[in-house]
Amino acid sequence: MPVEAAEPIAEEAPEKEYLWTLNFGPQHPATHTTLRLVLTLDGETIVKAVPDIGYLHSGFEKLGEDLNYNQYVAIVDRMNYISPVANEVSWFEAVEKLLGIELTPRCKYIRTIFAELMRLHDHLLCIGAAALDLGGYTAFLYAFYQRELIYDISETASGQRFHPSYLRVGGLMYDIDDAFVQKVRSFVKGFPKAYHDIVRLLNRNRIFIERTRDIGVLSKEDAINLSCTGPIARASGVVRDLRKDEPYLAYRDFDFKVVCATAGDCYTRYLVRMEEMLESLKIVEQAIENLPSGPVNVDTQSKVVMPEQLSTYRSIESMIQHFELIMPNRGFQAPIDEVYGAAESPNGELGFYVVSDGTERSYRARTRPPSYIHFAIFPYLIKGHQISDVVAVLGSLNIIAAELDR
Amino acid sequence: MSHVATLGILRDRFGADKFTTSEFRDNFRIIVAPTQVFAALQCLKHDCGFDMLIDITAADYLYYPNARDRFGVIYALLNMNTGERLYVKTFLNEPDLTLLSAFPLWKGADWMEREVFDMYGILFEGHPDLRRILMPEEFTAFPLRKDYPLRGRGERHNFPVITRAEG
Repeated sequence: MPVEAAEPIAEEAPEKEYLWTLNFGPQHPATHTTLRLVLTLDGETIVKAVPDIGYLHSGFEKLGEDLNYNQYVAIVDRMNYISPVANEVSWFEAVEKLLGIELTPRCKYIRTIFAELMRLHDHLLCIGAAALDLGGYTAFLYAFYQRELIYDISETASGQRFHPSYLRVGGLMYDIDDAFVQKVRSFVKGFPKAYHDIVRLLNRNRIFIERTRDIGVLSKEDAINLSCTGPIARASGVVRDLRKDEPYLAYRDFDFKVVCATAGDCYTRYLVRMEEMLESLKIVEQAIENLPSGPVNVDTQSKVVMPEQLSTYRSIESMIQHFELIMPNRGFQAPIDEVYGAAESPNGELGFYVVSDGTERSYRARTRPPSYIHFAIFPYLIKGHQISDVVAVLGSLNIIAAELDR
Repeated sequence: MSHVATLGILRDRFGADKFTTSEFRDNFRIIVAPTQVFAALQCLKHDCGFDMLIDITAADYLYYPNARDRFGVIYALLNMNTGERLYVKTFLNEPDLTLLSAFPLWKGADWMEREVFDMYGILFEGHPDLRRILMPEEFTAFPLRKDYPLRGRGERHNFPVITRAEG
């Protein structure tokens, strides 16, 4: 079959010379992070938008072939840096599926708590930044104060605020302690007030509604055809949430709703994210009150978990296992096969396709990045709108450049 | 999830010898020849109900134990009504690295195929705009291939320097 030539661009025909090109460049405070849009404009109306990405491409997938499953978690953290632990949850969904490991109940609950706290983290930033881009600075600050509290919680658990690298194959880096539980409880108690403050600022704000209602409408058929997942798809009527459809971790035990809507414009995406925050808070509350006791790491018989430090001095099996896991060219005996595992990250379905060749490094670690897939729909959403709507639509899509480019 | 119905439809359409299947953990995979991929995807989309394309990716099996072909391209599909997932795999060898683009079926295949082209050099016929997406336009190598080193071949040290007098 012959290669079909691309259609000649109608906008460059001589009678269309009144159209001019604007570069919404990589350096711009309203493009969250470095991405570039080449807009073809008719006055202020956008006729065509061509995204140009790759400014933050750091070769994460190539690094995945060079680092072992536990080391790669530090890289995975940095992909969607707004919700770091949620990426780790997805990575370990894939890796633990490959290795065939079943987690302990306590570990599942703690990972669920972190995943939901990170969902709050991401949605708070998306809403805060959407408000900020449209001029509402106060909502941004209210949202960011709540995010500071979540950073405190991350620091209590793992010592790092931004990129905890907290999860490991078969368990967690450290178990949590009482200070963590107290912090989560006080966060859960204090969040609804901040939430209602933001609602009072934005939900019925005339300017916010005028700038986001009926802007960037995504229909349900388009959402499915363009592979959208997550809040963007749910705001267009696609009822799909991996936490309910393919439950992983401890989501079967909790009572929460999946938030969907039908309008598909920027305002609806904002409302869907706001409601999802309340549902996530419910999950965190249920999880922290019902936290099971017991070990957090998988049994050391399965040979994937680091043994306790003191036991390496006392027992030869622990020392052998420590050696096997730390020294290069030894370590996980992974099956020689490939697997795809996904989790519901705040942006959508974040999945990893891991090809393993039997060693402790993955042979190929492909990220299925929701931000990348959602940025591809941008030209379809922005046609016919004006330049100021570019910012509203970009804000509602929640594009994180590190996940976009990897 | 049982894939009996899907396999039945595919066997009727293509014949039982045209594809093989394999299964690992909860991933069910169908392996087809490169020339059959578009037809298989079309059948899966229209007759078997796999309406969402989750991902298109590729892997270079150059140093893989017991590998027969060099490149593998994987399509991950999802049936939204039953929640069934399916992976369609195909294997390619040099110099014939061309596949038919899945863009006519799913518009989401656009950027996924551009990235596979950018990283591996696999061409997709019928793609509206197949050019590099993550690497700069003038980059010549295909980074995720196994014969491309992790640290690159010095591209970062050889940027042309434009002085203030010239620019």
